[in-house]
Amino acid sequence: MSKAAELAALIGSQTAQGNKNFVINGAMNVAQRSASVTGLGDGDEGYVTLDRIRHTAAASAGRFTSAQTAISDLPGFLNCLHLDCTTADTSIASSELLVLEHRMEGQNLQQLKKGTSSAERITVSFYMKTNKAFTFMCALNDYDNNRINTQQFTTTTDWTRHSITFVGDTTGALGDDSGNSLSVEFYLHAGATYTGGTYSANTWQSRQASDNMRAVGIGSFYDSTDNDIKLTGLQVEIGDVATAFEHEEISTTLLKCQRYYFRWTADSTYDSAISGFCLNSTQAFGVYNMPVRMRNSPTMGVGGNWNIFTNGEQAATGFSLNRSQHDTVMTYMTASSGMTAGSGCLMRTNNDDDAYFEFIAEL
Amino acid sequence: MIITNAKYHKDVLTDNQNSVVNCTINGKVYSVPMVVGNTEYDEIQKQVAAGTLTIADAD
Repeated sequence: MSKAAELAALIGSQTAQGNKNFVINGAMNVAQRSASVTGLGDGDEGYVTLDRIRHTAAASAGRFTSAQTAISDLPGFLNCLHLDCTTADTSIASSELLVLEHRMEGQNLQQLKKGTSSAERITVSFYMKTNKAFTFMCALNDYDNNRINTQQFTTTTDWTRHSITFVGDTTGALGDDSGNSLSVEFYLHAGATYTGGTYSANTWQSRQASDNMRAVGIGSFYDSTDNDIKLTGLQVEIGDVATAFEHEEISTTLLKCQRYYFRWTADSTYDSAISGFCLNSTQAFGVYNMPVRMRNSPTMGVGGNWNIFTNGEQAATGFSLNRSQHDTVMTYMTASSGMTAGSGCLMRTNNDDDAYFEFIAEL
Repeated sequence: MIITNAKYHKDVLTDNQNSVVNCTINGKVYSVPMVVGNTEYDEIQKQVAAGTLTIADAD
């Protein structure tokens, strides 16, 4: 094949294009919530440290720390997700489970042509390093159609790039919307509910019919407190080869993450965050504009000490949403007294450099 | 998701209708907009439908 033909084929394969990676924060560089959370285990479900990486821990006595950890032994990468087992559990009940996943919106996946006769192959690649060899399961989970495809992989004590190609699925189109359509999952510990079936590698199956094959044959991250898992360079792309990991500027990754989660944190003890006005002596409203349009109208959480800075400072007795839109929220604040109707105000941290608010529109 | 202490909040500026559910989720306080597709609100609706969660009226 001539060089021109090779180039044309490469472009046509879509592997030469930017934005080839469906994963956001695959280099594990953004951790808006926290750099480390300890004591995770049974019942902890959701996003705790690295943005876009969801944890599900169920039913086990095992406990672990999830952290964004700096690395210097994998050229090109500076951070990883690091799971450290802190309480072992070697008596595995049927409903026990530990899964990492990255969920993706259906409207971003239409080029997979899933559910058509020309469905694309999908390659998942990632770097993983563990304290000993483990067999774990990597899965693509189609939430729209309750279908799943699983493939085992075996880790080593060195950074190893794993490349796992999944056949295209001609059944079950993904929704063209902002909902959770497809996720890439790593099963790290599971009981018989998830391991009791028959493993059929790289085969799309109905979850409703055979949900117990999701984690067949895997080892257990909880089998010793010596256990560590490090993960970075996660990439999901079209095609049957893993191309070079697509690095991007931190500002680009951060904005992509903020479509799903945005956290404002004080830099000093008295930082102003939201401007607004006083409705009467005890109620005030403010507006906050998001740095990027969020996936949905976000939920708000608030932490720390706040005051309402208007005709003097009034300690905030309440701070919640009043109304939420994709790109703007109106907040509602209360004080016990002392505000003047029609006056402007600022929501300001009250001698608290750890105060924060967060907006959540996760999948 | 463990959801407790759920209570409606009314938007007194716009239409005086319930706009938000203030609640505790897994031990932390959140304001959840009443919008389908918001993950927390979808879960609140599931738990209300299942009879395991009751939302108190707004003040």
